[in-house]
Amino acid sequence: MTYAAHFRVWRGDSNGGELKDHTVDVNEGEVVLDIIHRIQSEQAHDLAVRWNCKAGKCGSCSAEVNGHPRLMCMARMNTFTKEETVTVTPLRTFPIIRDLVTDVSFNYAKALQIPAFAPPKDLALGEYRMAQVDVERSQEFRKCIECFLCQDVCHVVRDHEVNKKSFSGPRFLIRAAELAMHPLDARKDRADFAVEEQGIGLCNITKCCTEVCPEHIKITDNAIIPMKERIVDRRYDPLVWLGKKISRRTD
Amino acid sequence: MSEFERYEYDVVVIGAGGAGLRAAIEAREHGLRTAIVCKSLFGKAHTVMAEGGIAASMGNVNSKDNWQVHFRDTMRGGKFLNNPRMAELHAKESPDRVWELETYGALFDRTEDGRISQRNFGGHEYPRLAHVGDRTGLELIRSLQQKIVSLQQDDLLEHGDAEARLKVFAECTITDLPRTDGAVSGAMGYWRESGKFVVFEAPAVIIATGGIGKNFKITSNSWEGTGDGLALALRSGATLVNMEFIQFHPTGMIWPPSVKGLLVTESVRGDGGVLRNSEGKRFMFNYVPEVFRGQYAESEEEGDRWYKDPEHNKRPPELLPRDEVARAINSEVKAGRGTDHGGVFLDVSTRLPAEEILRKLPAMHHQFKELADVDITKEPMEVGPTCHYVMGGIEVDADTEETRVPGLFACGESAGGMHGSNRLGGNSLSDLLVFGRRAGAGAAAYVLGLGENRPKVLPSDLVTGEAAAVAPFENEGENPYTLHQELQSTMNDLVGIIRREDEIREAIASLEGLKVRAAKVSVEGHRQFNPGWHLALDLRNMLTVSTCVALAALERQESRGGHTREDFPGMNPNWRSVNLICSLDGEGGSVLIEHKPVPTIRRDLLELFERGELSKYLTEAEVAILDDPSVTPEQGTQS
Repeated sequence: MTYAAHFRVWRGDSNGGELKDHTVDVNEGEVVLDIIHRIQSEQAHDLAVRWNCKAGKCGSCSAEVNGHPRLMCMARMNTFTKEETVTVTPLRTFPIIRDLVTDVSFNYAKALQIPAFAPPKDLALGEYRMAQVDVERSQEFRKCIECFLCQDVCHVVRDHEVNKKSFSGPRFLIRAAELAMHPLDARKDRADFAVEEQGIGLCNITKCCTEVCPEHIKITDNAIIPMKERIVDRRYDPLVWLGKKISRRTD
Repeated sequence: MSEFERYEYDVVVIGAGGAGLRAAIEAREHGLRTAIVCKSLFGKAHTVMAEGGIAASMGNVNSKDNWQVHFRDTMRGGKFLNNPRMAELHAKESPDRVWELETYGALFDRTEDGRISQRNFGGHEYPRLAHVGDRTGLELIRSLQQKIVSLQQDDLLEHGDAEARLKVFAECTITDLPRTDGAVSGAMGYWRESGKFVVFEAPAVIIATGGIGKNFKITSNSWEGTGDGLALALRSGATLVNMEFIQFHPTGMIWPPSVKGLLVTESVRGDGGVLRNSEGKRFMFNYVPEVFRGQYAESEEEGDRWYKDPEHNKRPPELLPRDEVARAINSEVKAGRGTDHGGVFLDVSTRLPAEEILRKLPAMHHQFKELADVDITKEPMEVGPTCHYVMGGIEVDADTEETRVPGLFACGESAGGMHGSNRLGGNSLSDLLVFGRRAGAGAAAYVLGLGENRPKVLPSDLVTGEAAAVAPFENEGENPYTLHQELQSTMNDLVGIIRREDEIREAIASLEGLKVRAAKVSVEGHRQFNPGWHLALDLRNMLTVSTCVALAALERQESRGGHTREDFPGMNPNWRSVNLICSLDGEGGSVLIEHKPVPTIRRDLLELFERGELSKYLTEAEVAILDDPSVTPEQGTQS
């Protein structure tokens, strides 16, 4: 069952680097991360790679495998032919630290900008009542394991560094949707915030984020499009607009 | 000495899992400047792996549940060796800790009337586990992470700096805890990214570093579970309690290799999954131990009725506490009735319709389909025991979580006592919240009590710490991966799920040999994000922790919970009241082990049990105090 596979792994740091070739054993039932670990323990002891759970649950081992953003722990070797070269490179959207490890601090900075859940003031501990059907919409987005593959693949930031300032990326647009759809969130300005601070308008719904999501969250259909619709309803509905004008006048 | 990056804080929390984050939130809410230091990125801690739920007697599904019932279940699970005060606090406080998560934005699955839904789990008398499908740990981590962000947003408004009072130092490893006049003065370590050294000067340090699974070959733990915190505590003069008790989760995946060690949550059994041997027999009915007779179904028919009608039927034995199930699987495999890969079958595919499996166990299904190409709606899983959790840990005061070292606190899996000899499923997430909060409060009280009188980090501590940390670059010895693999095999094969005196002695001898070799371990490359170097430094921690496990396993001559001695098969009431305490004979010295009494179980807590049940665990003299009217409710077993 064991065969010798050909791997190419990017080695280097912020000053540059190159692909290094490795011939390495692959056994039945293994995933790309198993092979990277074998290279690390047998051939390149200082190969830098992030990983934790090795079970598709923590979102640490994100990389690009043959150019596709993937979790290495969920990239099964039996999806490649034995002759195929497997090329593993770091996430392209984020600055390189070393080898397969990138600086993902962009994401933590964006997380800090979104106002947190605002608990309802009139409910004590244990008094929250919500129907299952109502929490399910937000629960879908809370499945997010923060692997940042959607952030990596999103062309708004992948190809345009300049957009990083004004665009929070798909991961945080689903966070906005999650809060907007939370049955008890006391804030009512989530949609406005998504426009003004998160740059939701930059998303032109190519659905690349949905395609790479290892949790199969329907990022575009269930989060971004409904949020865009809410914004349209609130900000561009002529009746609402007129109503706002009039009420402002009477203030 | 090289230049150290320096920080000053009131409290430093090591570890960013559930316990560490909850502790940090509490310390910050007490107004203290708090640092969280963790080896991985923020939000990646092993807590995300917890599937089943958080045990809390909210009584949402069965109103008969209350803290007394939860306390009773916890003590039974731990075979009465729990620190009873911890078990009491845990049972009383966990409902509030769960409800508090809702104020952070957590969204648990709901009951029909909109409350938090609760599910059945092994060892819990009533449906008790708050859950979100089978990704409860992720929900817990994310909720705490988002609460921390929310506190940082408050600080941004108030101080113009989000990190003014609460900051996460991610991918930073703590290697030593400097002390001055016996009290903790801070924590030193290195940035994983750059390899540069950093020191946090702080009068209080909370250890919340989780488990020790990476000391074993087959484990559900990630690379982080090396037991750093336990070794740090020992080296600082603190003590470890009952390190022999290690939980081997009965149902880890055995095959295929990409998921080896990975857990199959107990909810698979709670929802109808059954265990079968290679002959197709549902074997658990042969393994109901005496102490649990009468509480579990005796026939497959009765067990099967329980899923629909738990009021009038007894639960199936697949839901016995974890240690019992793990031992039963081990016995079947040893008797030649295991699978080709050395496990047994866990089957839910023939028990529930595919759509119900998909609805109740979505993450399980998803995980195995994607990781291993196994469809649990169509075929059974191959499972066997995997090292999952350590009940033992740092010895702490039940109320404040302070260790014997002033300023040093511990909580979560890295602390010991709460779970006795075996932990019930669902009790770990509640443990993290209850004692995380208490550790944060304990540290805050300690720091506020010090006033201006804070210990200073001594430069000599930094010099020694740095020299030890960079030594592997100078050495000419073996590489750390080889030594780690030998350590894991030694512990797995010789101090694993079933233990014998001769094998444990062999393990202790091997560990001594490994220590000599580890002192000369060498790494290549440089200090920037170098996993070989990181492992070399973790290795000394693992060797210390493994030695404690082996010595305690040798010392305890009985079988109880997560400690099974083939040469001492029964539970012995005289050992029930014995805690085994490990300490170091000086900072670099050998491990010492001594017997200490388990804290008293108060009379009022004893009276929650039937007398007949107490007689199964306690000595006659201990039970007899119930006949003595002069024993007050506050007095108990040690009176």
